[in-house]
Amino acid sequence: MFKYYLRLGLRSLRRNPVLTALMVMAIGFGVASSMTTYTVFRAMSGDPIAWKSSKLFVPQIDPWGPAHRLNDEPPGGMTYIDAVALMRDHRGYLQSALYPIAPTVYTDDSSQKVRSAQGHAVYGEFFSMLDVPFLFGNGWSAADDEQHARVVVIGKNLNQRLFGGTNSVGRVIRLDSHSYRISGVLDDWHPEPKFYDLANASAFGTADQVFLPFTAAIDEQLFTSGRFSCGVKDPDPGFAGALASSCAWIGYMVELNTSTQVHAYSSYLDSYAHGQQVLGRFGWAPDNRLRDLPTWLAFKQVVPSETKVSIVVALCLLLVCMVNTVGLLLAKFLRRSGEIGVRRALGASRLAIAAQFGVESGAIGLAGGALGLLLTWLGVELMQGSLPKPIAALAHIDVTLLSETLLLAVVATVLAGLYPIWRAMSVRLSLQLKED
Amino acid sequence: MSLHPILSALRRHKAGTILIALQIALTLAIVCNALFIIRARFEHMARTTGIDESDLLRVESTRTGIDSDTDAGKAALNASIRADLVALRQLPDVADAYETNSLPLSNNLWSDGYSFAPGLPPAVPTGLYNADEHALAILGVRLVAGRNFRSDEIVGHGQLGTFQPAVIIVSKHLADSLFPHGDALGKQVYFINATAPSTIIGVVEHLQTSLVDSSTDGWAWNSTLLPLRLVDPSRYYVVRAKPGRLAAAMQSVPAALYAQDPLRVIPDGAGDDDVGVQSFAQIRAAAYQGDRTLAILMGVISIMLLAVTGAGIAGLSSFWVGQRRRQIGVRRALGATSRDIARYFLIENALISAAGIAVGIVLAFEFNRWLMGKFELTQLSPAYVLVGVVMLLLLSQGAALAPALRAARIAPVEAIRSS
Repeated sequence: MFKYYLRLGLRSLRRNPVLTALMVMAIGFGVASSMTTYTVFRAMSGDPIAWKSSKLFVPQIDPWGPAHRLNDEPPGGMTYIDAVALMRDHRGYLQSALYPIAPTVYTDDSSQKVRSAQGHAVYGEFFSMLDVPFLFGNGWSAADDEQHARVVVIGKNLNQRLFGGTNSVGRVIRLDSHSYRISGVLDDWHPEPKFYDLANASAFGTADQVFLPFTAAIDEQLFTSGRFSCGVKDPDPGFAGALASSCAWIGYMVELNTSTQVHAYSSYLDSYAHGQQVLGRFGWAPDNRLRDLPTWLAFKQVVPSETKVSIVVALCLLLVCMVNTVGLLLAKFLRRSGEIGVRRALGASRLAIAAQFGVESGAIGLAGGALGLLLTWLGVELMQGSLPKPIAALAHIDVTLLSETLLLAVVATVLAGLYPIWRAMSVRLSLQLKED
Repeated sequence: MSLHPILSALRRHKAGTILIALQIALTLAIVCNALFIIRARFEHMARTTGIDESDLLRVESTRTGIDSDTDAGKAALNASIRADLVALRQLPDVADAYETNSLPLSNNLWSDGYSFAPGLPPAVPTGLYNADEHALAILGVRLVAGRNFRSDEIVGHGQLGTFQPAVIIVSKHLADSLFPHGDALGKQVYFINATAPSTIIGVVEHLQTSLVDSSTDGWAWNSTLLPLRLVDPSRYYVVRAKPGRLAAAMQSVPAALYAQDPLRVIPDGAGDDDVGVQSFAQIRAAAYQGDRTLAILMGVISIMLLAVTGAGIAGLSSFWVGQRRRQIGVRRALGATSRDIARYFLIENALISAAGIAVGIVLAFEFNRWLMGKFELTQLSPAYVLVGVVMLLLLSQGAALAPALRAARIAPVEAIRSS
C-alpha cells in the first residue's frame, strides 16, 4: 500500500512541478537556516559534563560589600584569601581553587619557537572531580599540593609538540623560570564552554595545555592571565599585594553529592563569611551564592545574545516556511477533490486518504530535507569563515546534525500537512461525484 | 468596481486567504526586526576610535622569567623596553613606536574611576591607556586643549597598584563628564585610592575605550592617557609604519623584537587563539566580527523570507486562477475586459495583503518587545515598519502580477469548456 501511495504521491508532485519546487524550497530554506544557527547554538549552550554537572557547585563570597555589588551579585571570582581558606577547611566532597595561567614553555630544542601555553593552576582533586581523561600517568596527590610540588599535567597537543606524542611522564619541562616534572598527559579534553572557570577565563577557545599545582604556581608568582577585578580598593603593588588584596581573580568549584552536603556547605559558607564579619574584614552580613553548574552556566550567559537572536529569527523563518507549505499543500490536495471523491466512492477509507496524502507530504519533507542538508552544509561553511575563531571551531557538521536536519524537515512538513490532510479526508464523496 | 464579489469569493476559500495573510503578517514582523537589528549592528560598527587607523600595527610581546617585583627585575624590564623601542624606531619601515597596555578595540580593558577628593567614591569611570610623549602623534589623536606629555614626565609602573600620576591627558568626552562647563584643563582629579591628585594637562578630541561590547556603553568615550611605562612581562608595542610600508613592517617589527630577545613570546596564531602581530585593520575586523556575522545572517534570512513569501503568494494565486478558469471565462463572456480580470486579482491580493500587514504591524512591535525583554535590543522605530510595509506591498503585488496577467488572458470560450 505504502508503495502505491508513494507512486501516487510522486505522480502528483510531478504534475505541479512549480508548486512542488516551491514547497521543497521553502522547507529547505527554513530547515537550513534553523540548523545552521543551531550548530553554533548547540555547541555554545552545551553542558560539557552533563553526567555530573548537578553535583558540581560554584561558591561565591562577597568581598566588596553591598555598595559595590554589580546587579546585586557578588563577583564571580573569589579573593585569594577566601579561596585558600575554603581549600584549607576542605568541606566539600572534592574541591579546587583555580585560576588561568599562560606560562612560557621553554624547550631544549632551539629550533622550536618559544611559545606560551594556556592552562590553569588547580588543586589535585580537580582531575577526579571533573573526570578529566588521562592518556599517560595521572594528576598529583594532596601531599603534592601541600608540599607545593613542582609537578605538571600537560595536554595532548603540548605533549605532541614537545615529545612527539610519546609517554613523557617523569620528564621535566621549564615553564617561565622553573622546571616541573610531568606527572600526567591528558587525553583529548576540550570542554566548551570552559565550564570550570567561567568567572575569570574565556568560555571558548583553545584547550588548556598546562595544569600546575595551585600552591606551586603561587610560589612562583605566576600571575593570572584572566580577569582580575577589584571592588573599590586597589591592591598594593607586586604579587604579594595581589594575594593580600580584596580583588576577585580565583575561581572555585566544589563537588557535593547529596542535598544534605549542599545544605551543610551552604551554611558553612555563611558561617565563614560571618566569621570574617566578626574579624572585621567584612563590614556586611554574609551574602553568598552556591549555584550548581547548570544554573551557573545559565547565569553566566555563555551563549552570546547574537547567537540567541540568530536562532530565534531562523526559527521564525522556519515557521513562515511552514505556513507557506500549509497553504500550498492545501491548494494541491483540494485541487484533487474529484480524485479523492472517486477513491472514497470506490471504498477507500478516510484513513487511507490520510495515509496517501501523508506519504505525499513526507516525500516533500524528504526532498526539502535533502535541499536543507545541502544548504546547511553551505551555511556552516560560510559561518566558519565569518565567525570569530574560537566560535567558528565549534560550528561543525556531524552525523547527528545530518539526521536532525532530515528529521526536522520531515516533521515540519508533516506538521504543515496535518490541516490539508484533514481537509482532504473530509471531502464529501457525493458532492464530488455530482459536480464532475 | 465593487469589493463585494471579491470578498464573497475570499470567504469561499477562507483557509487559503488566512494562510497568505498570516504569512505576510509574520514576514513583515520578522523582516522589520531583522532590518532593525542590521541597522543597529552597522551603527555599532561605524563608531570611530578617534585614532588614525591606517599604517598602524600592534605587537603583543611577553617575556617571562624576570621577577617584576624586585628592583633588579624592574630595572631589567625598563631597560629591555627602552632597547626594544630604540630598535623599532630605527627600522626603515617604521615611523615611530611606543609601549602600552592596551589599544582601542583590543578588548583588553584597564579601567579606573575618578573622584574630586581623595577617599570619595568614584564619580566617573574611565578606560586607561599607558602612553609616552610619542603616543599622541603615533595614534594620530588631536589635542584640542593643553599640551602633550614631556619625556621627563614618563615613569615606570607595574600592572598592579594605585594610579596617581601627576599629569594626565583625557578625552574630550571624559573632560566634559568631569567638568561640564568645559574648563577641565588644569583641574585636579583623584583615581580610586589615590592620595595625590592628577592634573589634566591635555584634552584630546575623541578616543574610544578598548572594549567593543555593550558593557561599557555608558562610557565608551571616557579615555585617559597615563604618562606611564608599563613595567610588566606582557605588553603591547604600537607601531606606526611609514606610509605604504605596513605589510613590510609587520614582518620586520617582530623580527627586530626577536633579535633583541629570542626568549620572548610573540604568539603567531598557531596553537593558540592569539595573534601577536596585527594591523589595526585586522584588530578592527576581529573586534566587530560578531556584529558583521549577525548582520549578514539577518540579511540572508530576510532575503530567504521574502523569497519564500513571494513565491508562496505567486503559487497560491496561480492556483486560484487555475481553479477559477471557468468563472473567469463566464465573466469575460458577460463583457468583462481582460483589464477587469487582472484588476480583480490584484485587488483581491491587495485586500489579503492589507489584512496581513495590519496584523503584521502589531506583531512587529510585539516581537520587538519580546526581543527587547530577552536581549539587549532597543525599541523598534516605526520607520523600519514603514519600510517593511512598503516592501511587502510591492512584493505581494509583484508576486500576484504574473498570475493576474495570466488570468486576464483567459478567453471567454473557457466558460463552456469542461475542466
